[in-house]
Amino acid sequence: MNIIVLIKQVPNTTEVKLDPKTGNLIREGVETIINPDDLHALEAALALKETHEAVVTVLSMGPPQAIDAVSEAMGMGADKAVFLSDRAFAGADTWATSYTLGKAIQHMGEVDLILAGRQAIDGDTAQVGPQVADFLDLPQVTYVFDIQAVHADYVVVKRRLEDGYERIQCRLPALLTVIPGAGKPRYPMASRLLLACREKAPIQVWNAADIRVTTAEVGLEGSLTQVMRTFAPKFERRGTMLEGGTVDVVRTLTAHLRENKLV
Amino acid sequence: MAIWVEVDLCDGCRRCVRACPYDAVEIREGKAHIGDRCTSCGACMEACRNEAILTDAQPRVVPDFSDYKGVWVFAEQRGGELHRVSVELLGKAQELATQLNQTVAAVLIGDGVAGLADTLVEFGADTVYLVEDAILRDYRTEAYAHVFKELVEAHKPNILLMGATHIGRDLAPRVSRRVGSGLTADCTELSIDPDEGILLQTRPAFGGNVMATIINRYSRPQMATVRPGVMEVVSAAGTQGSIVTHVTRVSEDRIGTKILEIVKEPKTHTDLTEAKVIVAGGRGVGDAAGFELLGELAAALGAELAGTRVAFEEGWIPASRQVGQTGVTVRPDLYIACGLSGAIQHRAGMMDSKFIVAINKDPYAPIFKVADWGIVGDVFDVVPELTAQVRAVCQVMCD
Repeated sequence: MNIIVLIKQVPNTTEVKLDPKTGNLIREGVETIINPDDLHALEAALALKETHEAVVTVLSMGPPQAIDAVSEAMGMGADKAVFLSDRAFAGADTWATSYTLGKAIQHMGEVDLILAGRQAIDGDTAQVGPQVADFLDLPQVTYVFDIQAVHADYVVVKRRLEDGYERIQCRLPALLTVIPGAGKPRYPMASRLLLACREKAPIQVWNAADIRVTTAEVGLEGSLTQVMRTFAPKFERRGTMLEGGTVDVVRTLTAHLRENKLV
Repeated sequence: MAIWVEVDLCDGCRRCVRACPYDAVEIREGKAHIGDRCTSCGACMEACRNEAILTDAQPRVVPDFSDYKGVWVFAEQRGGELHRVSVELLGKAQELATQLNQTVAAVLIGDGVAGLADTLVEFGADTVYLVEDAILRDYRTEAYAHVFKELVEAHKPNILLMGATHIGRDLAPRVSRRVGSGLTADCTELSIDPDEGILLQTRPAFGGNVMATIINRYSRPQMATVRPGVMEVVSAAGTQGSIVTHVTRVSEDRIGTKILEIVKEPKTHTDLTEAKVIVAGGRGVGDAAGFELLGELAAALGAELAGTRVAFEEGWIPASRQVGQTGVTVRPDLYIACGLSGAIQHRAGMMDSKFIVAINKDPYAPIFKVADWGIVGDVFDVVPELTAQVRAVCQVMCD
């Protein structure tokens, strides 16, 4: 079976800091990583490869330096990769991103299963997976934490809900978005990493023309939503001491908590 | 498409630098310079006083959307029970609709769920679109997306809101792609732009380090999801609403998924680093029995329990729940520090919490310096009282 795994290179947001003067992100020196949920999607694909006859292709989109994420995925055991990189893709919202990825997948030929992380830690939208599925007119299951069975024309998966889970049978081809499950993502192997960095490595780099899209359909121009402004969230410490009898101070505190929608 | 600076016209005023949402403009030798991170969004062009920033991009035409009217809310139900977030969204929808001089509608999908329509009207729906079919009993992506496409095409809503639950986050992007509309996830604030009349969607990005206001100028409906607990419930008791029944044409063979089993699990503890609310205790809590009081408060708040190094060493909490330099770093929306002094090592692990409440007997405890609200008092008095009042608040809101 042909498995495509969607991965994204993201800044490690736990390290992102704001410039206190300008309120802008300080991006210099911030480590980039493969988005954590995507690592679990890749791990799920590689685990399937051990029990089924499968070819795992990684698909990613990003600025030129994001090819590092693709190489790392190859190092973990992906068979080949397609990397979409073009200035025209920049500034894409999830609409334009899903269109671009969808066009690339159509261009890649037969696919049985597409795996993606539930969401990326830089945007937290969880939208691209389902939007790709809809673009390709494939069924989807999101929040998958266990792929129980894989057959020729269907899979059985467990989908996480807030208060439990659902066991779902899903027709193939399909797209699944994955959350951390039982399997820990494996480490890349040094030998494989070296192979991935060779010139002859099976990594194809495609631009807008390669996937037959016009620049007006992708990137910022092809987006339906725009960022109007960004600003730093305010976390000023009030430092208010509440005074009075126990019942009264707690009442005041509860009122403050309600006002700030904390209860 | 590209953007460039006409150097002769640039006076180095830095307005473009401040306007750039991508941090792509810098001043070099007194002139603006556009770097690699530029996405040609044009924010700098609008900010420039001297029209020194030029582009070859064609201005995009905003289509005429005047026939798209109404603020819609997806009324999410599971097993015939309405999800609270839908009621919360109706509160916000009323406010948006009033500003737009439009009406609020709820979309209720399921099987045998008509009884929920009254509740939706009571909390702000002027119209309830009711879609019932055995095929729609349990949520399935394709079935519900199909219904939404039928309804959106027939009634042309201006705005469509969904709760950012595991169902809403599965459905909303699918619907957005299907109806050809932009979508903004997990908004914490929604308002109407007074000039353009479009929806301003504000949400956190980069792990909450930045807030971004996003607009959806080129497509309708303007779609957004909102997490549970963000918006306030607003009663519209006494108002009238109408029910519009819709018959779907979706068929089983289109759907592609079958639910084999729905399993309810008792709530397992979440990872501390993902907790929205944390109740933490230290030496001042005294003993394991004291931590039981904290546990009750945590349960009332839907919070996770944590503690200091002392609390771990005393065996009151497991190692995984120790916050601080040698434990885990947390950044919840609310951190309630009970009977802990706030040593620097502990503060290092919780300073990024959005709001901090401190309860301590010692008025000079350093924890008060980093707290938003401080209460000087005995944990054994204050915590049970707080638990009782929080329970009372939740009772009122859940009724």
